[in-house]
Amino acid sequence: MRLEPIANPTLARRFGLPALALFSTIVIASLLAMIAGADPFSVLGLILKGAFGSKFAALETLNRATPLVFTGLAVAVAFRARLWNIGAEAQLYVGAVVTVVLGTGALNWPAFALLPVLAICAMLAGALVLLVPTFLKTRFGVDEVVTTLLLNFVVLLWVSMLLEGSLKDPMGLGWPKSARLIAEARLPRMFDGLRLHWGFGLALISALVVWVIQRRTTLGYEMRAVGLNAEAARFAGIPVNAVLIKTAVLSGGFAALAGFSEVAGLKGTLTLDISPGFGYTGIIVAMLALLNPLGVVIAALFVAGIFVGADSMSRAASVPTYLADIMLAFALLLMVLAIMLTKFRVRRS
Amino acid sequence: MDILDILISASFWTAAIRIASPLIFAALGELICERAGVLNLGIEGIMVVGAFAGWLTVYLGGDLWFGVAVAMLSGMAFGLLHAVLTVPFGLSQHVVGLGITLLATSLTYYCYRLALPSVTSPPKIEAFQPYEIPVLSDLPLVGPALFSQTPLTYLAFVMVALVSVTLYRTPLGLALRAAGENPAAVEAQGLSVTKIRIGAVMVGSGFMAVGGAFLTMSAFNSFFFEMVNGRGWICIALVVFGSWKPGKTLLGAVLFAAFDALQIRVQQTPLGADVPYQIFLMAPYVLSILALVVMSRRAQVPAALMVPFNKGER
Repeated sequence: MRLEPIANPTLARRFGLPALALFSTIVIASLLAMIAGADPFSVLGLILKGAFGSKFAALETLNRATPLVFTGLAVAVAFRARLWNIGAEAQLYVGAVVTVVLGTGALNWPAFALLPVLAICAMLAGALVLLVPTFLKTRFGVDEVVTTLLLNFVVLLWVSMLLEGSLKDPMGLGWPKSARLIAEARLPRMFDGLRLHWGFGLALISALVVWVIQRRTTLGYEMRAVGLNAEAARFAGIPVNAVLIKTAVLSGGFAALAGFSEVAGLKGTLTLDISPGFGYTGIIVAMLALLNPLGVVIAALFVAGIFVGADSMSRAASVPTYLADIMLAFALLLMVLAIMLTKFRVRRS
Repeated sequence: MDILDILISASFWTAAIRIASPLIFAALGELICERAGVLNLGIEGIMVVGAFAGWLTVYLGGDLWFGVAVAMLSGMAFGLLHAVLTVPFGLSQHVVGLGITLLATSLTYYCYRLALPSVTSPPKIEAFQPYEIPVLSDLPLVGPALFSQTPLTYLAFVMVALVSVTLYRTPLGLALRAAGENPAAVEAQGLSVTKIRIGAVMVGSGFMAVGGAFLTMSAFNSFFFEMVNGRGWICIALVVFGSWKPGKTLLGAVLFAAFDALQIRVQQTPLGADVPYQIFLMAPYVLSILALVVMSRRAQVPAALMVPFNKGER
């Protein structure tokens, strides 16, 4: 078989195929739920009800989407320049550590001064974590996929060490967790009486910022050029290594904001399970969004909806919770396939 | 106990070879995929599938070798999915690989929960037992280290030789390597790059799954969550370290495993009492990164690695 570009894909093709991918994902999930003994026709309804069916559920989905917007942006920014950052998980945790180190009393400032400083320091630390593999890539040609992946394990062990050592809460009854943030270091709620913190607002602003950078600045243009063809970009006089380093600063910084927002907005303290793989899920979010920063917000809501909805569905229908991950994996694989097929036709050769 | 004492003890080297065995299988599998031009990031998930499939087969009463075969076939099934998406459809190997890892891992956990809804401690199986090779196993140090292992370990070493010979001494190996270096030349010979790559990814994924099965059938004797724990990613580093050559990759795996066995033992010494245990657990990952930095300068990456091949495209 052979792939042949389609000059003008029809509307039916452009929207029909992605819709078919989503529909197939739901069918597969329903079949798997049926194997587990649930009614297959109730699955979709239960997921939607669990994710958006009540005010509580919808707020839970928004809270779950918040870190995913940040990690999704981190991945989208990096992948656009073909910097394969699989280490958002590590950068998230480093951001969380910095937030806890500075936010538990080290800086006794009022909130309006403290919160921006915490966010910026977290971003710098996250950037630093990604700069190491980026430097190894530009200087020694070491593949960043492997190094960023391996750094995830190193950083998680380092956090575990801190939580059992210097960051351990003396009042924590032996649990490996940090002391609580001071009140000034907590992100306030966006609306009175609603359990939704300003991390979500910050995530929306970040998405806009990335969109502006990508569409309206020279750096955004250079990042796209490097991603399309690094050799050609170098030939055209774009400083490829410098662009990659700037990309890494942005990407690592946004991933670290996820850690900042989870600690300062949601949890108020750092534990080793603060992220159930948000860094990895960010890759799915970014791919579903076609690396578009505004699309990342929608994709994050979709993914968070699946997580929250499938969680509640699996409790209601006693199906193993891993169904959510299976759905995401299928959604990812089928979606990248569907999007490719909107642009190419398969021909027998 | 001194570090030197550890290094000359037979039990240390026995453990090192045992730890190396799953890495040898999986790294060989990754090597086969990459030599044909396909980066397989599904490795981590495919190892989970292999670990579970092999264990479940034996748990349900199957023969041990039948379990290995089932593990291999289930790995190949995921390899086929990976290959179809990345080879003829040319989708991003990074994205598909990570997607396969997520899919394989979550499907496995789902099936585990369905098969054993309410177990607190995972059930054990009658796993492979060490088989002492007559005469050779009586040798000092090498005897226990190399010749008193389980059959799967021997198989791992045989596979290194087999893959090496196939790659460098057969037309099939030549075609496979050419598919990863210069696919257009392969097509010019009238061979199908698509078929070679799909085959390589399937066979490689089978190897990865057997590596995973080693964990449940020859090391821990039961299946539990998170048991693969980054071994797949380590194998990707090992292939780079081994410069895409089976022998060197084997050497890398044994060195890595020796280091891993060493850090476990140093934790028991007075030094281990002063240093947090996380430092020791971190060491293998840091070492892998350092090894990559040292080896990357000389590494000969297959020229067409991660480059999809679309026939007729210039």
